[in-house]
Amino acid sequence: MPIKMTTFERHSVTPWLLLAPQLAVVAIFFFWPAAESLRQAFYVQDAFGLGERFVGLANFQHVLSSPGYWHAFGVTALFSLLVAAGAMGLALLLAVLADRVLHGARLYRVLLTWPYAVAPAVAGLLWLFMFDPVLGVLTHALAVFGVHWDAQLDPGQALALVVIASIWQQMSYNFVFFLAGLQMIPASLLEAAAIDGAGPFRCFFGITLPLLSPTAFFLLVMNSVYVLFETFATIDNTTLGGPGGATRTLVYKLYEDGFVGRDLGGSSAQSVLLMLLVGVLTFIQFRYLERRVAY
Amino acid sequence: MRLVQLLPFVAVTALSLSTSAQAATTITWWHAMEGALGEKVNAIADEFNASQDDYVVKPVYKGSYSDNLTATIAAFRAGQAPAITQVFEVGTATMMSAKGAIYPVYQLMQDTGTPFDPDAFLPAVKSYYTSSDGHMLSMPFNSSTPVLYYNQDAFAKAGIETPPRTWAELGRDAHKLVESGAAECGLTTAWPSWTQLENFSAINDLPFATQANGFNGSDARLVFDQQPATVAHIQDLAEWQKSHAFEYGGRADSGTKRFQSGRCAMLTTSSASRAGIQEAAKGKFGFAIAPLPYDAEAVSQPRNSIIGGASLWVMQGQSDTVYQGVAEFLNFLSSPAVQADWASFTGYVPITTAAYEQLKAEGFYTKTPGASVAIDQLTRGTPDDNGRGLRLGNMPQIRNIIAEQLEKAFNGSETATQALTTAAKRGNAELEQFERSVSN
Repeated sequence: MPIKMTTFERHSVTPWLLLAPQLAVVAIFFFWPAAESLRQAFYVQDAFGLGERFVGLANFQHVLSSPGYWHAFGVTALFSLLVAAGAMGLALLLAVLADRVLHGARLYRVLLTWPYAVAPAVAGLLWLFMFDPVLGVLTHALAVFGVHWDAQLDPGQALALVVIASIWQQMSYNFVFFLAGLQMIPASLLEAAAIDGAGPFRCFFGITLPLLSPTAFFLLVMNSVYVLFETFATIDNTTLGGPGGATRTLVYKLYEDGFVGRDLGGSSAQSVLLMLLVGVLTFIQFRYLERRVAY
Repeated sequence: MRLVQLLPFVAVTALSLSTSAQAATTITWWHAMEGALGEKVNAIADEFNASQDDYVVKPVYKGSYSDNLTATIAAFRAGQAPAITQVFEVGTATMMSAKGAIYPVYQLMQDTGTPFDPDAFLPAVKSYYTSSDGHMLSMPFNSSTPVLYYNQDAFAKAGIETPPRTWAELGRDAHKLVESGAAECGLTTAWPSWTQLENFSAINDLPFATQANGFNGSDARLVFDQQPATVAHIQDLAEWQKSHAFEYGGRADSGTKRFQSGRCAMLTTSSASRAGIQEAAKGKFGFAIAPLPYDAEAVSQPRNSIIGGASLWVMQGQSDTVYQGVAEFLNFLSSPAVQADWASFTGYVPITTAAYEQLKAEGFYTKTPGASVAIDQLTRGTPDDNGRGLRLGNMPQIRNIIAEQLEKAFNGSETATQALTTAAKRGNAELEQFERSVSN
């Protein structure tokens, strides 16, 4: 190892050069916009950027005192919980089942991974068509069971629609990781447990689940980020945040205020708050949950 | 080696490109007309380009109205604004307040010595784009107004002979249609705020906002929630929703498909949807067009409706040569021949009196039943304070808020009074925010 160290010390420029493309991408597409929105959060500006005025914390005050923001916060909390729990639970179930398949295992795995390759906007449209209140296939199927489906008007149904579409998207990603995690578990452990007389449930909860905890923890962090940011396209293509704001999450509200309402100061303040929220969430996850993870 | 071999070709190509660019000045026109409308826009530009050698108009489709406005603003901030951009009617206040970003059309025409007569436009069109000091700031292009489409087969089946003239009649007809089994649903609507609040207010001579709906000052505030007739209208629709006499069909134009599929027997939407509905109804059912109903208790004679659609704004930052070309092109666009052709093709109303007269002389309105409904409804009487249109900042956002609150009224989670009061309150917060942002 020391030899390699000296090599790098002599060529101190090389590692930076190799890192440069990645650093440039992060700087241009993340740090620069983030710094810009941090600055704009303290200004009131007209849409065309013809004039701006420093207003201190007024934008934050405005956002935090608006009932609409807290409503969106509540929607986001419920939505995140449902999607993260649904996407991880289902993915784990499917991974356990796919892990046991003997014939055509690859086919199952490929099919279950597919939805991840579909762009969120397209996925949103697919579910929108299937659940269309007039023409949707699933709408007609539900009508047979006496369910009147109209996600354009029913807040609960609208939330269900975006939750289902988001779970369907994210499940594949989780599935890949859970399956890989399952295959890393030494068969000898499970065999030993079986010989000791442990049933499949005892084996799952006593051995498999604890050994999967690093994977599950990683996925929890990734799913939180997914739910908070990447579900935007799904919502924008299905419910537009409606009806009556029932599916307006924080990131959708930010988009509406910034790009439809052109309130740059207010939406910048919201994006700063959202960044803080993700930071705090990730911190909590690492600080408290990671302790329970067995690597 | 290879690159060196290529160099002469690159140089030649670059040279030839620059010479062709010198021959004619390019005028960029960003728009939001998709599909058949976009092709028509290209055809109009081609016609202009072929008519002279000095300028080349390049239309560029930038997505929805909202996308185009966002793109225009971003481009302006980057110093890359197009010469001409198409902005929907509710973006008018935003554009008007951006004084350093736009080149007012009246001024452009004056500076370039191009003939321009604002009185050539229909009053309802002219007033929408005229500033409070009487200057026309943008060039009207595509204007429409909401009308009532009805399924003639369903009407015949229910034994209804004439389309409803008032909302009370419409309510009776809608129930009759559903109860007789002639249709699963009576009425649906597209653009809920535009048809059921904005135009309901104008036609029944009720204020939508103070300060003549914003025309007299940027301190206007929404007051539609304080008009008993408006609140009662929304409450009626919410009641009808329970028995399918009315069905809310979603925001923007998504309600249209409930009519196109034959589910709902009536639809209120833009006159410019005529071609699309005709296409969808072909071989399925016959339909006709009637004026938007009025509230006989609020007004004895229905007043003019207000327009939707878009106008063309000229952006700052171009050379004088470009502006000369822009002026000529706008002049060409508003000529009776181009306007008459555009209106007959699309279902938008002809925006100048001359174009209207030309269509009439050609017999377009006798050949195309229903096509005259929009223009008649738009031009009846002289627009008063409640009928000139809306000039409210953050209007796209306000429309979203209204749609959201209407959804609460229609799904029964709030009464019409509660829903509209909240809509006005939240909308007013948007207006205050707009006022703050432009008074820098």
